[in-house]
Amino acid sequence: MVRAVAAVEMLATCALSRADSVAAFAHDGALSSWEVFGQQLVTGLSNGMIIALIAIGYTMVYGIIELINFAHGDLCMLGAFFALTVVGALGVDQWGGAGGTAGLVMVLVGTAAFCGSLNWSINWLAYRPLRKASKLSLLVSAIGASFILVNLGLFWGGLPMDVFAGGTSSAAPKAFPALVSSDPAAQIGDVIYSRTDFLVLCVTLPLMVALTYLVRYTKLGKAMRAVAQNPTAAALMGIDVERVIGATFFIGGALGGFATVVYSLYNQTVSFQMGYRMGMDAFIAAVLGGIGNLPGAVLGGLLIGLIRSMSDGYIEARWTNTVVFGILILILVFRPSGLLGAKLREKV
Amino acid sequence: MIRRTASIVAALTGAAFLLAAAPAQDSAGKTLKIVSSLPRTGSANAQTTSMVNGIKMAIEERGGAVDGFTIEYDDMDDASPQKGNWDPAVESSNAKKAIADETVIGYIGTYNSGAAKVSMPLLNKAGLVMVSPGNTYPGLTKPGTGEPNEPAVYRPSGKIGYFRVVPTDDIQGAVACEYCRNDLNAKKVFILHDRELYGKGIADVFKKTAGATGVEVVGFEGIDPKASNYRSLVTKIRAAAPDAVFFGGTTQTNAAQVLKDLRAGGCKVPFMSPDGTFEKAFIEAAGKDNVTKEQGGVFITFGGLPSDQLTGLGAEFVKKYKAKHGVVPEAYAVYGYEAGRVLLDAIDRADKKDRASVLAAVAATKDFTGALGTWSFDENGDTTNKTMSVNTIKDGDFSFLKAVVGGAAKAK
Repeated sequence: MVRAVAAVEMLATCALSRADSVAAFAHDGALSSWEVFGQQLVTGLSNGMIIALIAIGYTMVYGIIELINFAHGDLCMLGAFFALTVVGALGVDQWGGAGGTAGLVMVLVGTAAFCGSLNWSINWLAYRPLRKASKLSLLVSAIGASFILVNLGLFWGGLPMDVFAGGTSSAAPKAFPALVSSDPAAQIGDVIYSRTDFLVLCVTLPLMVALTYLVRYTKLGKAMRAVAQNPTAAALMGIDVERVIGATFFIGGALGGFATVVYSLYNQTVSFQMGYRMGMDAFIAAVLGGIGNLPGAVLGGLLIGLIRSMSDGYIEARWTNTVVFGILILILVFRPSGLLGAKLREKV
Repeated sequence: MIRRTASIVAALTGAAFLLAAAPAQDSAGKTLKIVSSLPRTGSANAQTTSMVNGIKMAIEERGGAVDGFTIEYDDMDDASPQKGNWDPAVESSNAKKAIADETVIGYIGTYNSGAAKVSMPLLNKAGLVMVSPGNTYPGLTKPGTGEPNEPAVYRPSGKIGYFRVVPTDDIQGAVACEYCRNDLNAKKVFILHDRELYGKGIADVFKKTAGATGVEVVGFEGIDPKASNYRSLVTKIRAAAPDAVFFGGTTQTNAAQVLKDLRAGGCKVPFMSPDGTFEKAFIEAAGKDNVTKEQGGVFITFGGLPSDQLTGLGAEFVKKYKAKHGVVPEAYAVYGYEAGRVLLDAIDRADKKDRASVLAAVAATKDFTGALGTWSFDENGDTTNKTMSVNTIKDGDFSFLKAVVGGAAKAK
């Protein structure tokens, strides 16, 4: 974890310093067709990476206790409120320069810790007592948790803080200060690779690498894989199953926390309703890639981002949801366990 | 045995009902009730709170009584937390509740045109008069402006029972387009809408007017109001290189996100939107840095004059509102006030204080001296008032640009 944080810090600093040297918009009228395509690619990949990061949290939890954690998107939503509160309370948007970068890293790590702890607590309170109950009870419990989180978000938005417009309207979408500007970090022709696009890359990529390392090469990762394969056998081997499940929820939540800060910086909006769409996109991504499979979630996320972007760009925005779900159904017809999903596990 | 018990219980319940109902009927002679049904949960809340304050002030001005009858007021919510916006199920239950309560003599609402579609036929059938302070979709009243079966479908009784104090979108969309052409010098526009009744309706009128006045429409597209961002769409817009972007929609259908993504995506042309975004929540959601003139500017049409431009009774209302609530009223507050006043005036004029007489009295409203000037209800139930305004955002607040009297230029 520490390693990942250090990497994020390094890359974020790099993103913020290098962009100052890039010239302002040199935007003259219409874009050529390859420029449009390039720009759609950038947008699709950035959106896709955010979706992927959230999808990992979904897929990890599913892998380990076979629960579709419907509260995951709303957990991310609360994380965004937490981040906005921190930014507003400390005035992070006023820090600027190196202080601003440090503030950004602090917000990222703080929100990750918040979301991780919250996810861990939700597991402890709402899912752990139902470990032996039917999967359906667990699912209903997750939906309940989702409702509670949404209403918490609604309440949170009504707090009398300046960033919440003094709390005059709790349900109104809030503007998230642009801690990272959307000026170009690089530009080829009229294709703009903005600083926020770069931030998305700087945060998601190291986290994915770190997670792969954790799952593949650490003791905890080994234990997680063991529990996913067979909890009873894992327990017999002396693995503390509950602790591993708790850790999975924490890590999944923390990734969601990172994702939600990046999402808020990219879209500059925080609203109590945003969790639904975040969760839905991530869930589709996880299913597309093969639920329970980590690289699958990343692949699914990138694909969903790209499909959305291309459909918005080349078909029409109102058909986008139809296109996404159409492709999902098609893929599931031919590969029922998703693109990278393993064949159904045998349970004797 | 069970059956007998059941019938006894039924009889007892019936008796209890009669007992409970009896005193209510006695006092019904003295008390009349007005209800309003507006989205009180959700981001329109700031707007609707000031509308409710307006209605309350209209009642208070008459000392809470008309012609010896005490006026009670019930502020109903037609939104649900799940939607964060008006909810058809809630609006329908509000209308039914008002109809079932015999003391209710007038229904003020709704804010959203879509919600009005739900309650209009119900209230029309029951003969309960409905006065809207906020619906601007033309098809609700004007034949030939909406679907072929509109507005007859909202009038199952065959009579008109719905009135509105606010000018409609067929005027607003045209005013917006003309402003775009004449004042912003736009030759090419890209039109977006939220696929809802209000937003799409106004975007359609804008498109029609553009066609008639020689403004080229380089794109016309419905968005997904729940999408997390519109960056891909912005690329498409950049590729079309319009001189201005018009969004037919509201703050609740993500107008602020569209604006933010335009600016973040490097598309810095004037952004125009209708009065569904004429509320502080829009500026707050968009962020102060995105609404400035340097970023291309934001232009918002409104089916009336903003609070600080009102004259006569309207100016007095704003003064009183400020004194009472400590803030400047939101744009629609005066419409809430006007709806309340015109309804109370009709109750006063009605010879019998029942639903039919009050409805007839509202319909007969002529040369009414109100906060919005002197106006009447026409044969469709629309106000004859057609004053509109174009506003921009300056220093993080709305700023009046010019008044336009619509209707001269036909939207057709």
